[in-house]
Amino acid sequence: MRKKRHITSEEIRKFSYGTNVFFNIFLALFAISCVAPFLFIVVLSLTKESDITLYGYQFWPKHWSFGAYEYLGSMGGQLMTSLGVTLFVTIVGTIINSTFVSTYAYAISRPNFHFARFFTVFALISMLFTPGMVPTYLVVTKMLNLSDNIWALILPMSFSVWNVLIMRTFFKTSVPEAIIESARMDGASEFRTFRSIVVPLAVPGIATISLFTTLGYWNDWFNALLYTSSSNIIPLQYLLVKIQNNIQILSQQAAQGGAAQIASQLPTESMQFAVVVVATLPIALTYPFFQKYFVKGMTIGGVKG
Amino acid sequence: MENSAAIEQAPVRTKKKKKSFFQKVNENKTYLLFVLPGTLFLIIFFYIPVFANIVAFQNFQYSEKGFLWSLLTSPFVGFKNFEFFFKSADFMLVLRNTVGYSLTFLLLNFFFAIFFGIVMSQLRNHRALRVYQTSMLFPYFLSWAILAYFVYAFLSTDKGIINHWITGGGGTAIDFYNAPQFWPFIIIFMGVWKGIGYNSILYFATASGIDPSYYDAAMIDGANKWQQIRNVTLPHIMPVATLMLILNIGGIFRSDFGLFYLLPRTSGTLINVTQTFDTYIYRALTTTNDIGMSTAAGLVQSVVGAALIIITNLIVRKRQPDAALF
Repeated sequence: MRKKRHITSEEIRKFSYGTNVFFNIFLALFAISCVAPFLFIVVLSLTKESDITLYGYQFWPKHWSFGAYEYLGSMGGQLMTSLGVTLFVTIVGTIINSTFVSTYAYAISRPNFHFARFFTVFALISMLFTPGMVPTYLVVTKMLNLSDNIWALILPMSFSVWNVLIMRTFFKTSVPEAIIESARMDGASEFRTFRSIVVPLAVPGIATISLFTTLGYWNDWFNALLYTSSSNIIPLQYLLVKIQNNIQILSQQAAQGGAAQIASQLPTESMQFAVVVVATLPIALTYPFFQKYFVKGMTIGGVKG
Repeated sequence: MENSAAIEQAPVRTKKKKKSFFQKVNENKTYLLFVLPGTLFLIIFFYIPVFANIVAFQNFQYSEKGFLWSLLTSPFVGFKNFEFFFKSADFMLVLRNTVGYSLTFLLLNFFFAIFFGIVMSQLRNHRALRVYQTSMLFPYFLSWAILAYFVYAFLSTDKGIINHWITGGGGTAIDFYNAPQFWPFIIIFMGVWKGIGYNSILYFATASGIDPSYYDAAMIDGANKWQQIRNVTLPHIMPVATLMLILNIGGIFRSDFGLFYLLPRTSGTLINVTQTFDTYIYRALTTTNDIGMSTAAGLVQSVVGAALIIITNLIVRKRQPDAALF
């Protein structure tokens, strides 16, 4: 009886049936506009090179070909290097970020930490003011001497105050004070309490910030643009930026390998789209499963402290 | 929260002798160890760079004795770098573009996010809604480096699908990457399109959480759908909307670097409509290597941004205290 009442009252908010159909069509069209361009890119990466030269980019080509992927796979070269760099930076960066964010957030969420207020303000100030691109550039290149070093892609993003706020809210709301208190009564050290009791309870929160961070590292090309020049530390996203200006970068290594003839025959057009697909596919395949964590993180982050 | 913590501890502390600073440090050493890495990060990547903004008032010279030494010993030139920036022709252009695009984004994002949020909250079919939402979030998770290719596949002069249609219909191909008149629309469209899925989540969640009995009451009073949205949904969304507005007003002097730098494929002819503070600072740093002037431009951007956040927050705190940020 009660349940039925609930359903009818929820109904009240909804559109009438006619309006509902109209807005369904509207939203469906917009949703298609969000996904279709990527499918188009996938098609282009599978289009035979001669088709692109003859007819331009088409939604449905006359000839299909795996040539772009075969070349990218067999040549290895720059794409594999870049994939390796991206994976390394993303994994190491995410581990560092989520570890340090969690410890920081836990400490400032503890009522018995005497300096909690100081360190909260110390972090919050950084959200009000941006230090600017050039001063940060000077610190990384002149003070830390990290130009053209892979750590220049990791360290500038290895901590995030926004993540700290999400985790602090999470610790305060989801880890009961009583459990921490009882662990302390049992004689566990602060560190032990954190590692064996707090962290296991905070897994959903840590998953949320790790996902934000993973995405941030995977998608980062800006730090590479500022700090790298050698080709062996170009991440995938920055490789895409470089291909924009010079499509030949993909075939350069083949040419250096004494195969200049092959290099001139490379399907460079479809290859650039194949690189786009390689950079996008991991996100496209995984984000629908992690979507709820993003949504959660966003709504938690909105809670002010 | 920190306040209440201090109050809780206060009676305990008064019983014992007042502890010295070092005793407190010693008692809290595990927690201090916990905040140490983050503190080091903030010092290196926030506090030192903020201090390094003094190069905006200097003729910065790097000396072998190290960066901090160079910061302290470089000759001061007063406001010369700022003067140079304000008097250059670029300043008005950069100001116009940055603020113009930001305000447009502010209004359009605000409107579309609320519109989509409300529409989604009133949809009858839940399963379809989830598919729409997931699809709409997709572009948000992609970088501009990737999205630049999406755009290129449509706009390329000789191969792009749009020119394919135009020439197929007997028209002449448009050289989009050398036609500045189209770019304000392209940039605004892409910026809004990328963000809608994400921006609307908050309003969707808020609108879905409204107690149905308000609608019930409104209907008994004879309100139609539009009146219900105006008198029930919108007032419930306003506090969240105000908060988002404050957060975004602080960003009016900032721009999404990738959108303005990568989407036009760094085409020189488009610079008049795509140059913003951020791309200008980057180009000044990398092409002319003018550290003093580019820092000055960045400092103007940050100071105005911080001032805007503080001012809007003050206004909101007076009118609607629970929507204020701090």
